[in-house]
Amino acid sequence: MGRARTIARRSFLIGSAAIMGGVAFGTYMVRRPYDNPLAAELPDGAATFNPWVLIDSEKITLVTPHADKGQGVASAQAALIAEELDVEFGQFEISFGDPSPAYWNTAMAEEGAPFMATDESFPAETTRGIMGGVMKLLGLQGTGGSTAMPDSFDKLRRAGAVARETLKLAASQRTGVPVDQLQTANGAVQLPDGTELKYTELAAEAAEIQPVADIELRNPSQWRLIGKPMQRLDIVGKSTGTLDYTIDLDVEGMVIAAIKVNPHQGGKLNGYDASAALAMRGVRDVVEITGGLAVIADNTWRAFKAADALELDWGPAPYPAEQADHWEAVAASFTPDRLDSEWRNDGDVDAAQAEGNVFAAEYRSPYVAHAPLEPLGAIVRVDDDMVEVWTGHQLQRQLQVLVAGITGHRPEQVKLHNQFIGGSFGHRLEFEHVKQATEIANQMRGTPVKLVYSREEDFAHDFPRHISTARGRGTVSDGKVVSIDLEGAAPSVIASQMGRANIPVPGPDSQIAAGAWNNPYDIPSFRMRAYRVPELAPVSSWRAVGAPGGGFAFDCFLDELIHQAGADPMEERIRLMSHDVSRKVLETVAEMSDWGSELAPGKGRGVAFVESFGVPTAEVVEVTATDRGIRIDKVWVACDVGTVVDPVNFENLVQGGVIFGLGHAMNCEITYSDGMAEQTNYHAHEGMRMHQCPQIMVRGLENGHKIRGVGEPPVPPAAPALANAIFAATGQRIRELPLWHHIDFV
Amino acid sequence: MQLTVNGQVHEVDVEDDMPLLWVLRDELGVTGVKYGCGVAQCGACTVHLDGMAVRSCQIAAMSAEGAEITTIEGLGTPGTLHAVQEAWIEHQVAQCGYCQSGQIMQAASMLDFNAEPTDEDIDLVMSGNLCRCGTYPRIRAAIKTAAAKLREA
Repeated sequence: MGRARTIARRSFLIGSAAIMGGVAFGTYMVRRPYDNPLAAELPDGAATFNPWVLIDSEKITLVTPHADKGQGVASAQAALIAEELDVEFGQFEISFGDPSPAYWNTAMAEEGAPFMATDESFPAETTRGIMGGVMKLLGLQGTGGSTAMPDSFDKLRRAGAVARETLKLAASQRTGVPVDQLQTANGAVQLPDGTELKYTELAAEAAEIQPVADIELRNPSQWRLIGKPMQRLDIVGKSTGTLDYTIDLDVEGMVIAAIKVNPHQGGKLNGYDASAALAMRGVRDVVEITGGLAVIADNTWRAFKAADALELDWGPAPYPAEQADHWEAVAASFTPDRLDSEWRNDGDVDAAQAEGNVFAAEYRSPYVAHAPLEPLGAIVRVDDDMVEVWTGHQLQRQLQVLVAGITGHRPEQVKLHNQFIGGSFGHRLEFEHVKQATEIANQMRGTPVKLVYSREEDFAHDFPRHISTARGRGTVSDGKVVSIDLEGAAPSVIASQMGRANIPVPGPDSQIAAGAWNNPYDIPSFRMRAYRVPELAPVSSWRAVGAPGGGFAFDCFLDELIHQAGADPMEERIRLMSHDVSRKVLETVAEMSDWGSELAPGKGRGVAFVESFGVPTAEVVEVTATDRGIRIDKVWVACDVGTVVDPVNFENLVQGGVIFGLGHAMNCEITYSDGMAEQTNYHAHEGMRMHQCPQIMVRGLENGHKIRGVGEPPVPPAAPALANAIFAATGQRIRELPLWHHIDFV
Repeated sequence: MQLTVNGQVHEVDVEDDMPLLWVLRDELGVTGVKYGCGVAQCGACTVHLDGMAVRSCQIAAMSAEGAEITTIEGLGTPGTLHAVQEAWIEHQVAQCGYCQSGQIMQAASMLDFNAEPTDEDIDLVMSGNLCRCGTYPRIRAAIKTAAAKLREA
């Protein structure tokens, strides 16, 4: 079977849309640019050169449309523009801008393409190109999939360069000095005699000029900002309590809302008695919303208290009430009729495993919550001619569509004031909180309503990461791993998530297999098949989505086989590795961790390698088995993102990703009983705390020739590296997350 | 009742048992103090009560009467930073930043009592402050820098 058949069977994440879009609109529509949204309301004397740069006589504004949920992309986007525009931090303001198709994400389609990220063959690149075209046709603006840097890297530098060259042209026209004799620096055009013309002074003239189209990006050796430590634009605000998040905003005339929605998710509200709540101090009203009630009050605490005083009669959840039944549904899905896709079939697994010892093991990854520290919320005001929304969101245009669908407005009448976000980990790709705030505000038009989730409501209504089970069968021979047959089963996170956003997604779900199939190892026989479990609890993208569960299963199973073969975990991975950039990542982490050196008794080291979002990432974890449990001492990480934009922020994100991965692997899960999440607050879903935090040494490699994002890739290798280290220290194999079901942690 | 917040006396009309957190945020507009969990599990609401770090979600308004309440806004401002805030900026600690007001208040209080905290001291004092983004390595480093700054001052 050739490549074409393989592609057809795997289909695409946005498969049908890709094909229909290409046929219906043709290349012309794909190439045509969107209108610049900044041009629509441009004041006199102000110039905009593209959707990212606005200059008037007073100030320079850079639009950074990717949502900043803590990963620092507001600063990084600004830096990319500033690099070519020749402005310095402190000389411009930033804005998240209005939602617009002009901000379509040029990189988001890549993860959905049915090819390994390491596959840069013609069919792979062509498919990515087609899928990128579809994203453009859809005008899909969004932040997710670690795409902010891949999407922005060329585009925003180009935006800065276009503005710079146009400003030079304006200066040339004013002074008569030829463009090639002009320099730019510090937000000004410099004439040969040293005179400076500030960009703000040139704005009115530049506005009359057609932006220069023919520009060349600077050579990396000329970069002033990229690759060097920057002071994040939000760092002072976040260190002084002066940066406002959604929850901190005060819109004039605003009331506070707290909600109680059926904790049996998707179940009905059969009946209620709100009389006690209505009698409480500060309570103005109780209104019905989908699946529950909202209390309107003058203070958040009063609203929470009154919500607790509501008497509510809930209908059952549409999914199994008990967690054990969820696992049963997964276990029952390893059947031919549930086969979602065969992602890989190298060599001949059946022949390789026809005789001799076949080693088998099963791995489990639980539901886990996003639980960002800023509780979910939104402020919405509905007026007859427009709707205003204040919240931090990652899918800005889809938010407009869903809000407008509730209020009866047109999407473009929905004004989104996007905000800095107090953590997301995927939850702010969801819309429920925004829809609920809109439903409330629509019942009291003219009054701004601020919805604040209590932490308990957040846990009860999270759409957690999907559960998954993987079964491996493998063989070794002559000290080498020779065959792996891995089957994974999970509900489709993409179908669940996109279903809530009214976006149909045909084709197999790449996230059932992510982390499990796309490892660039040259194992003689390697098959990976993914099975789709019928819908269970509603689930959603959680930092790195499918790769943490898939990576845990694949890498732990590989580690077990290597042990069976009697080989060294690091050496065998390096031997099997078929991709140069990835091999370098493994070799680097081996060198950093001094792999192979003698360890004190009770200590153990484990390694894991997972590629996600195009970033090959290897981690070594070193633990000590103490009499009080496992202590995680040190972690070494090497990953390759092509270009590191800001080494300090990069290190912070990688360390944070490791901590996120380790913390959840240790002690986090969401389980259902009586149809409700049993975990109600952080005491039961804790993650890592300071006293458990290891030293984490980070190295960013730049051998890959595509720039990649690093928000998610450090997460998936953390759990398997930890489990493999625990085995090395104790001899105990743990095949189920969270690990604390089987072992204590200090 | 009367509350003294960042040196200013405020007259507030609230229930005796309204948590200080919500008096500060919703009645006085002091929003640097954050709500994260409401049950003393995350530390985002940490403020100083007569110099001691406390979880303001667990302090009834009534019991804060007569005390000096200090929030992150009273510790230092962008123009006049506290040494801990300076160190937080130097080390680029924050990611989402939502927990950092509480982390900074907890750290500042520790350094008032302990000029040279060891790693064990930091573990002991800071483990009640949750950071979902995982900025702990930078928090640890920033505390050491801040301690050195304060010792030199």
